[in-house]
Amino acid sequence: MAIAQVEFPKELAAFVEEWKTKPGNLIMILHRIQQEYGYIPREAAETLSRMIDLPLAKIYGVITFYHFFKTKKPGKNRLAICMGTACYLKGGQALLEEARSILNIQGDEVTDDGLYSIDAVRCVGCCGLAPVLMVGDEVYGKVSPEQLPEIIAKHRN
Amino acid sequence: MAYRQYMLVCGGTGCESGKSDEIYRNLLKEAEAQGVKDAVQIVKTGCFGFCEKGPIVKVLPEESFYVEVKPDDAKEIIAEQAVKGREVKRLLYDKSTRKSNNKIEDIEFYQKQFRIVLRNCGVINPENIEEYIARDGYAGLEKVLFQMKGEDVIAELKTAGLRGRGGAGFPTWLKWDLTRKAPGDVKYIICNADEGDPGAYMDRSTIEGDPHSVLEAMAIAGFAIGSNKGYVYIRAEYPLAIDRLKIAIAQAKEYGLLGDDILGSGFSFDVEIRLGAGAFVCGEETALMRSLEGNRGMPVPKPPFPAISGLWKKPTVINNVETLANIPVIITKGGEWFAKIGTEKSTGTKVFALTGKVNNSGLVEVPMGTTLREIIFDIGGGIKGGKKFKGVQTGGPSGGIIVEKDLDAPISYESLQALGSMMGSGGMIVMDEDDCVVDVSKFYMEFCVDESCGKCAPCRIGTNQMYDILDRITKGKGEEADLARLERIGKAMTKASLCMLGGSAANPTLSTIRHFRDEYLAHIRDHKCLTGKCKDLVTYSIDPSKCIGCTLCAKKCPVPCISGERKQPHVIDASRCVKCGECYAVCKFGAVVKN
Repeated sequence: MAIAQVEFPKELAAFVEEWKTKPGNLIMILHRIQQEYGYIPREAAETLSRMIDLPLAKIYGVITFYHFFKTKKPGKNRLAICMGTACYLKGGQALLEEARSILNIQGDEVTDDGLYSIDAVRCVGCCGLAPVLMVGDEVYGKVSPEQLPEIIAKHRN
Repeated sequence: MAYRQYMLVCGGTGCESGKSDEIYRNLLKEAEAQGVKDAVQIVKTGCFGFCEKGPIVKVLPEESFYVEVKPDDAKEIIAEQAVKGREVKRLLYDKSTRKSNNKIEDIEFYQKQFRIVLRNCGVINPENIEEYIARDGYAGLEKVLFQMKGEDVIAELKTAGLRGRGGAGFPTWLKWDLTRKAPGDVKYIICNADEGDPGAYMDRSTIEGDPHSVLEAMAIAGFAIGSNKGYVYIRAEYPLAIDRLKIAIAQAKEYGLLGDDILGSGFSFDVEIRLGAGAFVCGEETALMRSLEGNRGMPVPKPPFPAISGLWKKPTVINNVETLANIPVIITKGGEWFAKIGTEKSTGTKVFALTGKVNNSGLVEVPMGTTLREIIFDIGGGIKGGKKFKGVQTGGPSGGIIVEKDLDAPISYESLQALGSMMGSGGMIVMDEDDCVVDVSKFYMEFCVDESCGKCAPCRIGTNQMYDILDRITKGKGEEADLARLERIGKAMTKASLCMLGGSAANPTLSTIRHFRDEYLAHIRDHKCLTGKCKDLVTYSIDPSKCIGCTLCAKKCPVPCISGERKQPHVIDASRCVKCGECYAVCKFGAVVKN
């Protein structure tokens, strides 16, 4: 059963064309699609399937294997709370619970206004700053639960 | 015109998050405004390693080592040091010491370190190939191309005794030699930069601080085994490292140090970046290659080994970042020089990411044979807040805990294994008396449940079973037979799993049972978690003799389940308490008791 496809923006389509013949291209192309949409919409996967002549099942097999690829649209501001070992020992879990309680969302839910979602991520590689929180590309180190409301509010706009 | 002063600003991820980029831009702006921009060169470097005290700025030739610098300090640094030649005392690492004692080698964090892999991190601008070349960069490649044959390179590595830094410690020369001798005209070099161990970040810092060292080593490897194509498989979660690598590849190509006919030698070598997508199992070499081929990253049985049939079934050398970063130095300084560092069977140095409950967390590079005690207490400055040391986890989710009595063992691949842990990628996580070993084991097991690829039953089912048992122990619902069950499942997984993810997933649990059996039993028999980390086993109550009835706890309680009149002792209704610990944290009189 085919569902609606999307037309890729010109640059994205060019990227796919460029990589089309390279061996082992799928993951690189999926990264580019996620960069475009913030996640990998079903329609985009359909389009890709036709463009590179690969079964949709195979594409989904890869998407769902890797944590990095999302099949659901995330919030405009993605809070990534590090749950690497160093952050866990220094209170990462408390940060996660506090953020969920402030935003009133669980798991991969998005706030009603579409502004926020929370990811518990594995080590972001700045263990010296544990516990670490990222909002988009911005890294906050040595964060305490008390600082969360301020950090979250800062990214509202 | 030559500069008379150099200011090095740390541009590692840790310091960048502390606004080091703004510090860098402010320094440039101030140097311009105060008219010293021709006298001072301001450089953004890679990681200094001392992440605990970041952002870091170092000034040469005075060797002033400034810590916890803020963007607003830029004006003073320029005004005092660049214009008047005086140090900004308040920013120095140790304010009490005299000027001459503030050199980097006088700081205890650096004293026992010996830097080979991190030789350029915090010294050069990683985005400028000329600075790398000025520090003997690409001299190794040149030497190899014009003075050596492939087998000479491998012989040099054999003399050096270099072993894989990614975990198992397989001799690097042997890997190269097998691939060199494998039949086939297309061969590949892969750099494994998929650093998935939670709590390790040396590969990230190496690439961020010195990307050319990895590229040079890959070209040397290509020459030695007869390959013209290399891939760097790097975590997508490391955007800064990816950017620096892209810049480095472009510059190396422009300088004729990568690409066709390198330096006119007739040897060609090209490097391409491929992104990982967040799967710990892809650190396993066969899984990584499946992923690089664009598939689900699931391991396949060995043999055939990658040296015979690797990427696209071609002979492939796969080395991790830290292993590679050693190689240019081995070539320029010689295998014998390298073999003198470290212990007999584990030569050279090892980089550790020292984190957790330690005073100076950061990246530490020490000769093999250094003891854990030296790393944690001398370099790391001991345990935070004067707490008691409990254990140190090496090897991440695949390793085990090492306790006080074993801290004097010199570090080597063999010694760590004998202690029931492993070298792994070099994560070193220090735990203190407040950390519960059952909770930590559960944390690692949950990680393995998440990351198990599901291909083989021992790992897929075993990790789930062990997690369920650990979970019920932390909830006070365990039974004594559970310990034997954990050990039995753990042993089965260790023996029967397809790859090392399953084969080592039981290590944290098995090693903590071995060293802290009493703590497990306290959870099971007495339903007590001595550290208070296992929330289900904690009860909060109020000591009426200490409570003055200030009502602060009742106000803070989110349920609320604390009652009592003002100026009268309060009471917690344990049946409704959610154990958030808020009352315990806010009470100023020590009246709230945690059991």
